[in-house]
Amino acid sequence: MAAGFRLTEIAVNPFQQSESEVIVGFDAVGMRYGRGPEILKDVSFQLKRGSFTFLTGPSGAGKTSLLRLIYMAHKASRGVVQHFGHDTAGLQRKDLPDLRRRIGVVFQEFRMLDHLSVFENVALPLRVAGQKRASYAEDVAELVSWVGLAHHMESRPATLSGGEQQRVAIARAVVNQPELLIADEPTGNVDPDMARRLLRLFVELNRLGTTVLIATHDLTLVRALDAPVMSLADGRLTYRDRAA
Amino acid sequence: MSEDEKSPPAPPSGGHARLLPPDAGRDRPLFIVSAILVFLACLAALGARSTWTSSERWMDDLDGSLTVQIRPIEGRDADQDAIDIAREISELPGVTRADARSRADSEMLLEPWFGTSGLPSDLPVPVLIDVVLDDPDGVPLDEIADILETAGIDADIDDHGRWSDAVARASQLARLLAFGLLALILGAAAAVIAFAARASLVARRDVADALHIVGATDSYVAGLFQRRFFSLGVKAGATGAIFAALIAILVAVGGNNADALYFLPELLFSPFEIVALAMAPLIAGGVAALSARLAVEEELRKRW
Ligand SMILES: Nc1ncnc2c1ncn2[C@@H]1O[C@H](COP(=O)(O)OP(=O)(O)OP(=O)(O)O)[C@@H](O)[C@H]1O
Ligand SMILES: [Mg+2]
Repeated sequence: MAAGFRLTEIAVNPFQQSESEVIVGFDAVGMRYGRGPEILKDVSFQLKRGSFTFLTGPSGAGKTSLLRLIYMAHKASRGVVQHFGHDTAGLQRKDLPDLRRRIGVVFQEFRMLDHLSVFENVALPLRVAGQKRASYAEDVAELVSWVGLAHHMESRPATLSGGEQQRVAIARAVVNQPELLIADEPTGNVDPDMARRLLRLFVELNRLGTTVLIATHDLTLVRALDAPVMSLADGRLTYRDRAA
Repeated sequence: MSEDEKSPPAPPSGGHARLLPPDAGRDRPLFIVSAILVFLACLAALGARSTWTSSERWMDDLDGSLTVQIRPIEGRDADQDAIDIAREISELPGVTRADARSRADSEMLLEPWFGTSGLPSDLPVPVLIDVVLDDPDGVPLDEIADILETAGIDADIDDHGRWSDAVARASQLARLLAFGLLALILGAAAAVIAFAARASLVARRDVADALHIVGATDSYVAGLFQRRFFSLGVKAGATGAIFAALIAILVAVGGNNADALYFLPELLFSPFEIVALAMAPLIAGGVAALSARLAVEEELRKRW
C-alpha cells in the first residue's frame, strides 16, 4: 500500500530512543472555556511513543477539548501538561510552532483552506515550514495518491465528498511525518467500509512509528482493534488497556 | 487505497497559490480611502515644500538689504547728501552696493497717496538709500550710524528687522502647519490600515488558525497580511500620487504668471517634487505593510 512512499523512511525503529518515552503527559489536568464550567476534571494519562490509543465518550464529553489541549490550541486551567518533555505552562507563544510541527491533527471539521487545491492543502505544513515546492512536490503527489485521491490533486476540497475530504485532512496531518498523529472523529463522515480503510491507514502509519490517538464515539471502530481505550464521561477519564 | 495506481502521479505544475484568499472587493473601500489619504499627503508634502522655499526666499530678500531714510533739513540738499552718504556706505566692508534714490524716486513712491500732479517743491520729502549686503548676518549698523552722525544728517536706518521677524514667525508657523498636516495624514493612513488589517485577520481567522495548526509562526502569518497590505498601499499610493501630480501641474500651468503667487505656495515641478511623488507609492506601501504587520502580530499575541 505504501509502496515507495517516503513515510517508510521515518524513524526506522521508532522504539530506538526509549520504549517508554512519553510523548504527551497529563497530570490532574482541568480545563474550562473562559469562565464556564470545568469541562475536564483531574485528567491524567500518558501517551508513549509508538502507541496507538482510542479516546471515546459520548457527544459533548470533552474529547475535542482534550485534543485541543494536546495540539496547544488551549491552555489547561490547572494541572500539568507535558509535550515531548516540555511543560506547556512554561512555553512562550514563539515556542509553539516547533512543537506543533511534531503533531499532525485531523480535525472533526477538517479545516481545509477552500481556496487552495487538494495538493496545496496537503503541502501546507511543508510550505509554512519554509520548504521549496520543488523539494516536496513529488512526495506530496505520492501521498495524495496513497490516500486514493490522485485524480483529485487539483480539486478544491469543498467539491469532494466527506470521505474524500477526510483523506485530504489525514494526508495533510501526516505529510511532515509528525511524531504524534491525533484524529478527531476521523470516520464521522464515511460509510463503514471507508471507515475500516481509514483505520487501516492509521494502523499503517502507527506501524511506521507514528504515535496515534483517535477520538471517536464509534464503538465498532474501537472494537476493530485491541488498542487501549481512554473514555471520557462527565469530564473524567478512565483508561483501559485491553491487550493486558 | 491506491493499489491500482501504478506509476507515481505527477504533481500539478505551476507555482504557489496565494495563502490569503483574494478578498473579492472587500478591500476596495480601503483602497479608495488610502488613495485619498495619499493624495492629501502628497498635497501636504508639496505644500510644505513650497512653503519652505517661499519663506526662505522672503527671508533672503529681507535679510540681504537695508534702507537708509534721510530726512531733509532746512538749507541742505537732501539729494546731494544721499549721494555722498551712499558713496561712503558702499565703501564699508560687507556692503555690495548702496544706491541713492533721488527726490523724484521718493515722489514716485508717494504717488499712490498724493497723485501724479507732483508735490509742492517746498514739502520736505525723505530720500532713500538702498543698501545691498554681501552677508545678511554682518549688518554694519554702527558704521552707517557713524557716517550719518559725522555728516550731521538726520536719518533712520531700517534693516527690515521688524519685517523679517514677522516673516520668520509666519513662515515658521506655516512650516509647522504643513508638516503637522503631513504627519496627521500619515498617522490617519496608518491607523486606517491597521484597523483594516485587524478586520481582515478576523475575517480570515480560518486561514490564520489552519496555518498555526500546521506550525506556521506568527511572523509567517503576519507576513502574509504585510505583503497584501504592502501591495494595496503601493497601488493606492500610485493612484493618489498621480492625482496629486495632476493638481500640481494644473496649478503650475494655470497660475504661474500671477504676481500674487509670490506669496502663495507654488507647486512648481522641481526634482524634489518629482522624487516626492515617485516615493509616495513606496512610502504608502511601507506604512501599510508596517501597520498591518504590527496590528496582526499584536492580535496574534493575545491568543496563547
Ligand atoms: N469554544 C467553546 N467555548 C465554550 N464551550 C465549549 C467550546 N467548545 C466546546 N465547549 C463545550 O465543551 C463541552 C465538550 O465539548 P467537546 O467539543 O470537547 O465535546 P466532544 O466530546 O468532542 O463532543 P462530540 O463528540 O460531539 O464532538 C461541551 O459541553 C461544549 O458545549
Ligand atoms: Mg468533538
